[in-house]
Amino acid sequence: MLSIDRSIVDAIVAHARRDHPDEACGVVAGPVGSDTPTRHIPMENAARSMTFYEFDSMEHLRVWREMDDRDEEPVVIYHSHTATEAYPSRTDVSFAGEPGAHYLLVSTRESDTEEIRSFRIVDGVVTEEPVRILDAGVDPHAVQSYMFGQSPATVDYECSGR
Amino acid sequence: MFGPLTTLSPRPLFPSPSIQPIEEYDIMAIEVRIPTILRSYTGGTKVVEGSGDTLDDLLTDLDSRHSGLRGRLVTEAGALHRFVNVYVNDEDVRFLGALDAKLNDGDSVTILPAVAGGAPGVSATGHHVAAAPAEVRAPRVTAS
Repeated sequence: MLSIDRSIVDAIVAHARRDHPDEACGVVAGPVGSDTPTRHIPMENAARSMTFYEFDSMEHLRVWREMDDRDEEPVVIYHSHTATEAYPSRTDVSFAGEPGAHYLLVSTRESDTEEIRSFRIVDGVVTEEPVRILDAGVDPHAVQSYMFGQSPATVDYECSGR
Repeated sequence: MFGPLTTLSPRPLFPSPSIQPIEEYDIMAIEVRIPTILRSYTGGTKVVEGSGDTLDDLLTDLDSRHSGLRGRLVTEAGALHRFVNVYVNDEDVRFLGALDAKLNDGDSVTILPAVAGGAPGVSATGHHVAAAPAEVRAPRVTAS
């Protein structure tokens, strides 16, 4: 299960929309061992492609060092698919190099609905997991769970507390 | 009669020739940061040390203690894998001659598997899949 603040999800979706039709990518860092994503870091897609993404190697080094210095790790690694579903492709699986991370995929193929799904990718095996979106600004106990690609389009974004 | 006194003395009466570390004992001076996915080769250790005049030498040296590590970074043809990033200090080794990159004592080498991927359609072209990284690919890939 991935638990993530709504404000971060909103920022990820906004990034994916902004870069559409190119794929967008980034990281959400969190304290080591916490499994809690707290710091959103949009990354540049060095491939600038509609069908491929790749972190810029120098930005990658800088961000990973920064996380190291802050005792953080990449809790979430996200990217968008801009014409297909939010499910890891074979390419995604073959590249997945952070077994501890939640791989979050956003599909921007529909302009009016967001499709957000999260996966573990370990030893080439993809396991989907529920995404629990936390409305920190509203009520810490008021959580909504999305499983298996349910579209957050049903969510009232006006209540995000931003 | 003076012999025993000398022996019991906490300090030698005469400075003995100073013992210098033999150089070969002192050459493991390059720090290498290992990414999570390759730590199975280093017993879970995040930072290891090695030696070598070039990146190629360093990886050979590391492989002598962490068998299999080199094979995850270098292709059979003897080139650095496309989707592994290796840095010497703050530089991507691709700009330093890749495996021929020169190393010095005190250098810090960082290995990061590229973070990359793509839409399913890409597989069909074979364009990127052809370059898919055996070095970062997990041992088992689900057949589909």
